Amino acid sequence: MQGWRNVRGWRKPRWWRWAVWIMVLVPGPAVLVALLADFLLGTRWLGSNPVKQGELILGQWTIKYLVAALAVTPVRRIFGWNWVQKDRRTFGLAAFFTGLAHFLWYALLDIQFDGDELAKDLTKRAYIIVGFTALLVMLPLALTSTRAAIARLKRRWVTLHRAVYAVPVLGIVHWWMSVKADVGPPALYSAIFALLLGWRWWHARRETSEHATSPAVRSTA
Amino acid sequence: MLIRHPVPSDLRSSDITPESLYLTRREWLAAAGLTVGAIAGASMLLPLGADAQQPLGTPYGLQPDDKATPWEDVTGYNNFYEFGTAKDDPAVEAKGFKPRPWTVKVDGLVKKPGDYALEDFVKAGRMEDRIYRHRCVEAWSMVIPWRGIMLADVLKRAEPAPGAKFVEFTTLYDPARMPGQRLPVLRWPYTEGLRLDEAMHPLTLLATGVYGRDLPNQNGAPLRLVVPWKYGFKGIKSIVRIRLTDRQPGTAWNISAPDEYGFYSNVNPTVDHPRWSQAKERRIGEFLRRPTLMFNGYADQVASLYAGMDLRRNY
Repeated sequence: MQGWRNVRGWRKPRWWRWAVWIMVLVPGPAVLVALLADFLLGTRWLGSNPVKQGELILGQWTIKYLVAALAVTPVRRIFGWNWVQKDRRTFGLAAFFTGLAHFLWYALLDIQFDGDELAKDLTKRAYIIVGFTALLVMLPLALTSTRAAIARLKRRWVTLHRAVYAVPVLGIVHWWMSVKADVGPPALYSAIFALLLGWRWWHARRETSEHATSPAVRSTA
Repeated sequence: MLIRHPVPSDLRSSDITPESLYLTRREWLAAAGLTVGAIAGASMLLPLGADAQQPLGTPYGLQPDDKATPWEDVTGYNNFYEFGTAKDDPAVEAKGFKPRPWTVKVDGLVKKPGDYALEDFVKAGRMEDRIYRHRCVEAWSMVIPWRGIMLADVLKRAEPAPGAKFVEFTTLYDPARMPGQRLPVLRWPYTEGLRLDEAMHPLTLLATGVYGRDLPNQNGAPLRLVVPWKYGFKGIKSIVRIRLTDRQPGTAWNISAPDEYGFYSNVNPTVDHPRWSQAKERRIGEFLRRPTLMFNGYADQVASLYAGMDLRRNY
């Protein structure tokens, strides 16, 4: 009990930096290594259909990094761990690059750059349009993630980066539409994103009402 | 290369292919100019390993570069939602399933309905080993050495009544033994259907085995349908009932998503699934995709069944 009461006082563990780096740097390359091993060495790390399995894993990691990026602010506010703030950009960039890898994997390895098929998919197949839109929304956010861009854009940076809330919605719709019948996994992540986005809405509302009654306790966004 | 001798106790008398069939197979193998090494002792060996080059069975509609898909993939990459929705679920979740004793009901518009113990049911026809191409609606494919009897023989024994036009198949419904049925992923029990002429076609097989062995549970033990010119989901597994009807039966995937899965579901590279192209397929074990063939390469044998039909509408 004592430990729980002190949770707000937890300082950044020494291994935290390493844990974050492992989280964002290992899964993507591991999938590529597994694919190469399966085709060149005859391993079965990605099962019977390595191309499809790798594509799926990259898509799921994109969602996981989005969860991590969107969890940073609630965790910081609820537990008082200000030190996680620095990792928001890391997780956001990991989501973008893994999403990009997921798209390239689909285009180059899955449909193997069949131009007709790619054109048809990107214009006619709703779930691919939705998924590609999610990637396009992430692109300007990734490009303006540098310190210089933050300084240059000032308030507009905050406005621009609110677009991130659209990404999990698009991502989940893309995933949901792509499954044949088993909506269990996308439903689970929908619930997680609903919690993360719902907390923000609740928090913003509380802040507005507090601001109206006692402006002195207003906290920063 | 892993070559396993069958454990004698694994085999039932129904599993043993008559010598006359092996002789014809040897003749075919010789005619096809296959390597001596592959033929040597072929009648006694069951090549189950990943490098197995020459499975047992007569090839039907195979292309020159079609090689049997390794045992690990045939029995480890399965869509069998009764045992979970992931491809590797069935091999794990179906481990404890007991496919015997098993009873198959044949009823509906037939003169001789009946409930058969599996051992009696398969006496309707001659056990054969046939190697077929297998194309999943998800755009992957395999080449599978099945063992089974022709559905036509089962239907002939039951003597279809004059009004019979369709055949409906039903999978076992038993959520205690098939845990996937506890979730409403599809309408349970799984049902499938064929037009009577499709069902009577000599390529249409009721399989009891694969690679010369009894069907593993994850492949639809003890009895499943194989219709090689249709998408794989038409091949209903663990069949307990075969009913002849005068109207088109409801089929599981068609009920689940009618705009995506039609009653016919013939393999057709020119008619796309709403969410992906069907023009190409990924053969399990290969990196580059192959073009998908009309009726999965069986057009010569089955195209006449659909003469004059709009296959875009009757997908």
